[in-house]
Amino acid sequence: MSEPLLRVKDLTKAFPIRGGLLQRQVGSIHAVDGVDFQIDAGETLGLVGESGCGKSTTGRCVLRLIEPSSGEVTFDGKNVLALSGDEMRALRRDIQIIFQDPYASLNPRMTVAAIIGEALIIHGLAKTKQQFDERIAELLEIVGLKADHMSRYPHEFSGGQRQRIGIARALAVEPKLIVCDEPVSALDVSIQAQVINLLEDLQQRFAIAYLFIAHDLSVVEHISRRVAVMYLGRIVETAPSRALYAAPKHPYTEALLSAVPIPDPKVKRQRIRLAGEVPSPANPPSGCHFHTRCPIAEARCSQEAPKLKQSADGHWVACHLR
Amino acid sequence: MGHYLLRRLLIALPSLLGISLILFVLLALAPGDPFGELASNPNIPPEVREALRVKFGMDDPILIRYFHWLVAMLHGDWGFSFASRIDVDQLILQRIPTTLYVIGTAQLLALIVALPVGVYAAMRPYSMFDQIASTVAFIGFSLPTFFTGLLLILIFSVNLGWLPFVYRADISASGWQWYWEYIKQAIMPIAVLGLFQAASYTRYVRSAVLDVIRLDYVTTARAKGIGERKVIIKHVVRNALIPVVTLVALQMPTVFGGAIVTEQIFRIPGIGSLLISAILANDTPVIMAVTFVFACLVVLFNLLADIIYGWLDPRISYS
Repeated sequence: MSEPLLRVKDLTKAFPIRGGLLQRQVGSIHAVDGVDFQIDAGETLGLVGESGCGKSTTGRCVLRLIEPSSGEVTFDGKNVLALSGDEMRALRRDIQIIFQDPYASLNPRMTVAAIIGEALIIHGLAKTKQQFDERIAELLEIVGLKADHMSRYPHEFSGGQRQRIGIARALAVEPKLIVCDEPVSALDVSIQAQVINLLEDLQQRFAIAYLFIAHDLSVVEHISRRVAVMYLGRIVETAPSRALYAAPKHPYTEALLSAVPIPDPKVKRQRIRLAGEVPSPANPPSGCHFHTRCPIAEARCSQEAPKLKQSADGHWVACHLR
Repeated sequence: MGHYLLRRLLIALPSLLGISLILFVLLALAPGDPFGELASNPNIPPEVREALRVKFGMDDPILIRYFHWLVAMLHGDWGFSFASRIDVDQLILQRIPTTLYVIGTAQLLALIVALPVGVYAAMRPYSMFDQIASTVAFIGFSLPTFFTGLLLILIFSVNLGWLPFVYRADISASGWQWYWEYIKQAIMPIAVLGLFQAASYTRYVRSAVLDVIRLDYVTTARAKGIGERKVIIKHVVRNALIPVVTLVALQMPTVFGGAIVTEQIFRIPGIGSLLISAILANDTPVIMAVTFVFACLVVLFNLLADIIYGWLDPRISYS
């Protein structure tokens, strides 16, 4: 088996909670708590989970936009966490990110050309003004915008167009991996489909790998080859997309999938309703994080944290009972 | 742009007219008149005083007097100072350079202090530096300038004897000595005014930078592989400055007002102390002219703020 493009091992990120008069650390938020996954070149891994489960933090830790507390991130054979500041900035050519909110992710005072082209200049990818303009025009056309949009400002575009600018910006440096941090959650459903299709086209054209973070299961099913499900900072199940949706193994995944609405009013689905709220990541439950809400939990679930183990080909699940 | 400017200036005219009318009526209704002190002077018979009042039209109805004032002012005649016995416009022109020098330098000092401190504090919120900067800023704008001014005079002039506490327009020295004296006497007023402004600007810069620094496009900039220094200057500070610039421009008239107190403490012969002495002497033409100059400054800086805003923020266009 060849080496994957990105391998993340036992990644953790704990944010300190400070309190008291001297602002001493009184606890920590375990946003990411021992996450393992890998992405091959040109494939898409979907990362799903509810709000606050640590998906975005995981994505940003991979780029070291948030500094992880511990763990290993290997990209293309390089130990990402050991890189110096300059080496890390150079690596940003290969890993890019697209954000959720297309309104906040573009600097309002820069023209589209300046936004997209800034990285070209930083990484020395455009030597002359002519090269620069040609590349910007090319990128805008790739994402379905017009070349003469380059001298406009972000506020002159709609949400979907702005997200396309964000994608063009990420593409500019020809990255091998793009972390898509909920790239369509802020868009209308009709625009969502366009952007998803664009991302798929780009993947085929340029063989880019995606870490696709989302909370919308149907979007993830559509775009991902494999899907990882996160709950409270841990991955509870990871499987090929089709296998996961057809036969979820983890009780949390089952509950999540049962909540996806079916676009047919006559069909009624048996929904699994989870009792209670997600526990606070400042004080996660012992053992399996899910045991407080799990319909099938046993005594050992509260004592022993389950490891991810392979139950079928490529289908990994972290549960004592499945 | 030119069209917009013209429209704004046309709108400014009626408001200036209204302001001048209100000012004039208020002054006319206020008790006391420039010849009040003549009443207690036994050498001047009451008839002379009465004749003076008639000569200057003090007994005409208010609106007629306002109309006279307006027509005269539009002809460039700002009136005659009863107390200083020279034309008001000359008096103001004499005083304004000193005020501009002190206030301008103080504003510069305020920005030089507030920008780096505010930006650095916002880059590391709740760090030791931020805590200290915030506390000092809080103390800074809680202390009024008449208190800090007197405190500085007590320390540096009375106890240490390093700096003069009276600002003199007529320094007797010459050459380099003159410049040194000129700068030395301005140190304390500039420090008092500048640091007071710096305190509030610092807090404003800090919160503006904090608003911007957590936005995705800043993270995007980092993700592009840009160095942190450039991220802060190009992506954070430039955007954070938009509200700050507006604040500074809109605060300028207030600063002129606040400088009145400082000018009084340090005896700076500026436009503020001119206003105070004119009020004390019931010198209505001077009061009227100075307050009207302040009103023009407010209108002017409002316009300036709008123009700068449009220049800084591409979302605003004046076409």
